[in-house]
Amino acid sequence: MLSIKNLHASIDGKEILKGINLEVKAGEIHAIMGPNGSGKSTLSAVLAGREEYEVTEGEIIFNGKNLLELSPEDRAREGVFLAFQYPIEIPGVSNVNFLKTAINEIRAYKGLAPMEAKDFLARLKEKQKLVELDGKLANRSVNEGFSGGEKKRNEIFQMAMLEPKLAILDETDSGLDIDALRIVAGGVNKLKSKDNATIVITHYQRLLDYIVPDVVHVLYNGKIVKTGPKELALELEEKGYDFIKEEVNA
Amino acid sequence: MANEILSEQINKDYEYGFVTDIEAENAPKGLSEDIIRFISTKKNEPEWMLDYRLKAYRYWLTLEEPHWAHVSYPKPDFQNIIYYSVPKPKKQLGSLDEVDPELLKTFEKLGISIEEQKRLSGVESRIAVDFVMDSVSVKTTFKETLAEKGIIFCSFGEAVQEHPDLVKKYMSSVVPYTDNFYAALNSAVFTDGSFCYIPKGVRCPMELSTYFRINSAGTGQFERTLIIADEDAYVSYLEGCTAPMRDENQLHAAVVEIVAHKNAEVKYSTVQNWYPGDKEGKGGIFNFVTKRGVCLEDNSKISWTQVETGSAVTWKYPSVILKGDNSVGEFYSVAVTNNYQQADTGTKMFHLGKNTRSTIISKGISAGFSNNSYRGLVRIAKGATNARNFSQCDSLLMGDKCGAHTFPYIEIKDKSGIVEHEATTSKIGEDQLFYCKQRGIDNEKAIGLIVNGYCKEVLNKLPMEFAVEAQKLLAVSLEGSVG
Repeated sequence: MLSIKNLHASIDGKEILKGINLEVKAGEIHAIMGPNGSGKSTLSAVLAGREEYEVTEGEIIFNGKNLLELSPEDRAREGVFLAFQYPIEIPGVSNVNFLKTAINEIRAYKGLAPMEAKDFLARLKEKQKLVELDGKLANRSVNEGFSGGEKKRNEIFQMAMLEPKLAILDETDSGLDIDALRIVAGGVNKLKSKDNATIVITHYQRLLDYIVPDVVHVLYNGKIVKTGPKELALELEEKGYDFIKEEVNA
Repeated sequence: MANEILSEQINKDYEYGFVTDIEAENAPKGLSEDIIRFISTKKNEPEWMLDYRLKAYRYWLTLEEPHWAHVSYPKPDFQNIIYYSVPKPKKQLGSLDEVDPELLKTFEKLGISIEEQKRLSGVESRIAVDFVMDSVSVKTTFKETLAEKGIIFCSFGEAVQEHPDLVKKYMSSVVPYTDNFYAALNSAVFTDGSFCYIPKGVRCPMELSTYFRINSAGTGQFERTLIIADEDAYVSYLEGCTAPMRDENQLHAAVVEIVAHKNAEVKYSTVQNWYPGDKEGKGGIFNFVTKRGVCLEDNSKISWTQVETGSAVTWKYPSVILKGDNSVGEFYSVAVTNNYQQADTGTKMFHLGKNTRSTIISKGISAGFSNNSYRGLVRIAKGATNARNFSQCDSLLMGDKCGAHTFPYIEIKDKSGIVEHEATTSKIGEDQLFYCKQRGIDNEKAIGLIVNGYCKEVLNKLPMEFAVEAQKLLAVSLEGSVG
């Protein structure tokens, strides 16, 4: 589904990603871990198409398409979803209106007519239940006045509504208490299918108690320096990132 | 990126920039007592009206053009303006067949189908329209239906002929000709406008609407609107305006007066879409307007809602004098400036009566190289016990070449008064836009969404038909303004 080859990216002339290689197949959950400043968030930003980042080398192929040639909105329409580390507030725009616009834009891209109101409402109800989202939140302005946990839950709710092929969760666990973590992770698990894939970017192992990855990658200094099964995450938790640094610098 | 988007904006056409090829009868250029006499004669006015005009003119001659607003523009050459322009043939229009077909086409282009209006006359939810082109009112619809309820809705000129007592009683009672430079000018040379009177106890069953259109080159538009709601009456009045694209600046200096008697309510909504000039700031309308209402008696209410997207320069402060006890004044405004547009707009709330309340919600949006100022005055007079005001002034900036300014003035002479003022300034963030894009929403749609969200409190106050129109207009006015 996703194939990243020798990806180099920089911001303001400073190289952050220094040759990333990553293969993600449909049905898989990949975890990307790493210490602060290793390039985790840069990777998610480049995948989503943030313009501040310049890709200097390498390629990203997503379902046969060159992702780097697509605008951010077209990437989203092709099925790439980013759950933001810091979700943005849009005052005065209700979640419902926001999602309806997004869904219909994605449908228009695929040559489909706008979704029928009753189908939309049915989906809304169903997905709200999935992430245990209060009905009131759906009608409130996008993220405005939401608590940290509500914002993160709203990201997963949006993900559920948009039904992406590839979801990237950027530090979705940060700032969540244990209950919110359980709900968010539960949402992700319920949405898992053989047709979609998830990349979980996280600093801590904690989230991976709830979302069990098929593969764990360690990102350090702009490169994936270690790849292993889910046990790798536990090892990291136990030993800290220092042992990776030592290995790499040795 | 920003440049690319900007150039896109440059190519964006002003949708209403067409000129209707109608023969017009013009007065010679310039302003003098002779011109005023000419206008008055043409309009077959009674002596008192001519006297009023001449008094206003003589007073105007003593005045200096005001310069306190936060706008700059070349001084209009008042001798180079045509003060009277009438689409020919000028005759009493009784039925549609007598209307110039070119004029009808203009209506169609503006989305006002009089045919449609006629056809739907048996149906509910209608709008009665008065259409003012250049200097005269060309057609008022639904007059007969309204007359059954005793509602008078006609052109100002007609009101002078048919209802001189009402005109004499109320005209100039809220905005005297001595009020300011442009009010004096308007009082001297105004050629037409709208008049409506809602009698005691009548709720006007439909929205009353006036559509102003400047068509002829070199003309100024000076209309007057006078709205009177008698005791226990209610009316919702809408006003729209457009003009052709011309290289020259054209002057629009209107006066609007509203009088609300005991328990009466007037809701005044306007979507102002005068030609804003081209992307370099050439041409466009100078919109220097005095709008004021008076809550004359107890428990009355006046509410202004405006969406300002057009004009090269706007200078406008719809105000309310809260004279009656428990009266309520409201001002809801969205002002958008793009390219080189300048707007200095806001409101004044004069609290004179007891327990009077006023609310001000102002949303400014600046893009391009434009300047957008909010200027407002809240005055609580001595003896206006328990007066309350709440003001909220928000500014939204798009890009880094535009300006937003806030000039709030507050004068409280009564200790029991409570005034709250909140202000915010924000930028349409790259982050907000990116967030929308990441959900599959493109730049233009995202801006529309964000801006409409930002203006929601104001747009919600507009009547349904207008709200939809305004939402579209906002999106179009700002299309491509953020990279």
